Amino acid sequence: MTNYVLVTILLSGLVTWLSRVVPFAIIKNLAVPKWLINFLSFVPVAIMTAIFVESLLVYHAGQWPGFNLENIYASIPAILAGVLTKSLLAVVITGVVAMALLRLVGMG
Amino acid sequence: MDSSLTFKSGAKDVVPTLFGYIGVGLAMGIVANTSHLSVLAVLLMSLIVYAGSAQFIIISMLLAGSPISAIVLSTFLINSRMILMSLSIAQYFKKDSLLQNIALGSLLTDETFALSMNKLNQTQQKLRPRWLHAANIIAYLVWAAATVVGCLLGNLIADPNQFGLDFAVVGMFIGLLYLQIITDRSKTLKTQLLVVLFVAIAMFFLMRFFPGNIALLIATLLGCGFGMVVTPHD
Repeated sequence: MTNYVLVTILLSGLVTWLSRVVPFAIIKNLAVPKWLINFLSFVPVAIMTAIFVESLLVYHAGQWPGFNLENIYASIPAILAGVLTKSLLAVVITGVVAMALLRLVGMG
Repeated sequence: MDSSLTFKSGAKDVVPTLFGYIGVGLAMGIVANTSHLSVLAVLLMSLIVYAGSAQFIIISMLLAGSPISAIVLSTFLINSRMILMSLSIAQYFKKDSLLQNIALGSLLTDETFALSMNKLNQTQQKLRPRWLHAANIIAYLVWAAATVVGCLLGNLIADPNQFGLDFAVVGMFIGLLYLQIITDRSKTLKTQLLVVLFVAIAMFFLMRFFPGNIALLIATLLGCGFGMVVTPHD
């Protein structure tokens, strides 16, 4: 491993660690105003939606995003599994199997 | 998932998310292998950086010989959403020691954050360090192991995606989002669905101008503001 790789890993690790830890230290030592608690209470649903939708889109610089069709197709049975079972494991397994099948029949 | 907040229940609750770590971890190891990174470099990266999408970017930028400053800045931008997640979850550990808080934050991921938010709905809005430590540590070790195995097997499996494992992460977020919407009683269903719709549309428009990771951050911030505005006041 070259120094270039090692230094990159160490510095990238440092900025990531700070992003993870500094907010904990701030919240621990500060009285959080009510509006901020209210604002942050939407982080879970907003960020999970954003992560999910990001996986359905394909970024093209300077153009409208395209659609990731295989992820969109595989999401449909996965969502159905969620509605029917309310089980995280069932959603994951259904999605993975659906994706494997899509690729098997050449739609992925 | 029940209301128990022991170390053991943390270990149990994290299991469904492990498929995602294994799927993406294997893929990352294989990409690292084809990019001529050593097993040691992959292991160190997984242990020190510990961030899925950022590690893919780091590997591709290393391969391209990008300046270290550019790689570190990209990593920060991709992982800056951790700031929002940490701010959001830290409120539940205010009474625990600073050291506990630092330890919890150090291994927090998208997945263990989302899992915790689901858990809150089962526990009258309480979390305990031991529960999150269990989920965090298991996820951390599984991630490191999966990336190393991927790197070692890199030459054997040309296309790990043929088994659909890369979809495990998407599937996991579908499950976590759905469970979040149906179990979070602190907000009305209508409010939550409005936020989902708003963020989804915002993502589409933002990705006209920004790569996915940056769009994700802006859409989340806008979505939180939107949520505050549309919440019925009583």
